Amino acid sequence: MDMLSLIIKFGIYGTMALALIAAIAVVTLRNLFHSALCLAAVLIATAMIYAAFHADFLAAAQILLYVGAVMTLIIFAIMLTEQLGSKTIRQTNRQNLAALAGLLVFVVILGRVIFKTPWPVTEKALASKVTVMELGKAFMGPYVFPFEVISIILIAALLGAVVIAKKDR
Amino acid sequence: MIIPLAHILIFSLLLFATGLYGVLVRRNIIGILISIELMLNAANINLIAFSKSTSLSPETGQIFAIFVLAIAATTAAVGLAIVLALYRVRKTVYTDEVHLLKW
Repeated sequence: MDMLSLIIKFGIYGTMALALIAAIAVVTLRNLFHSALCLAAVLIATAMIYAAFHADFLAAAQILLYVGAVMTLIIFAIMLTEQLGSKTIRQTNRQNLAALAGLLVFVVILGRVIFKTPWPVTEKALASKVTVMELGKAFMGPYVFPFEVISIILIAALLGAVVIAKKDR
Repeated sequence: MIIPLAHILIFSLLLFATGLYGVLVRRNIIGILISIELMLNAANINLIAFSKSTSLSPETGQIFAIFVLAIAATTAAVGLAIVLALYRVRKTVYTDEVHLLKW
């Protein structure tokens, strides 16, 4: 039992390291297609972290929705807008040093705040194991109004994407 | 809790900062959209970690994460449609070459 939890612990840390390395590859690689593939790796690692936190439904939805649908969309867009000779075009603007300095300050300040805050850990949340049934009950109970709003947003985005991307004559 | 909550938060902070770097530095609009997906994922990891450790009703964090997932899907669809329309009209996907409204 102790051995098993140790393996799980190292598995989670390894997944996190993998996700961070892939994320850095996403923002630094010159070829956009490669960075899209690295984004798929980050998304799969995130789904594994969700599964480690007993969010089974969310892990499945992440794989289906992100890795299945959004990645397909992004790769289609990359292939449709690819230009000849894009190897020689500069892929970053000239502000990467300023951006790095600002982000370093951001990370240091927020990291200090995170380590100084005493995060309360409740026993109820630790022992809980949220099933799909409870999620569905919460959607139909207290969260029914945001649920309806998000369905309207999805319809509007569907129609809007079709109208915007359509060829106008 | 298998690992301390602060480690998860630091991880998602680093993921968010990486995404923000991509948004600030990339020239390609599709690259910026990819980096925004990274940032949304970092926020989702935080929500899940809080729902497993500190929350009073454990399903709330997961509900909000599902909302974030849906919004991310709509963002990708509409954003990439705008990129395709822009490419058809202006023949470019680079942010600093789109300066119609810049004086």
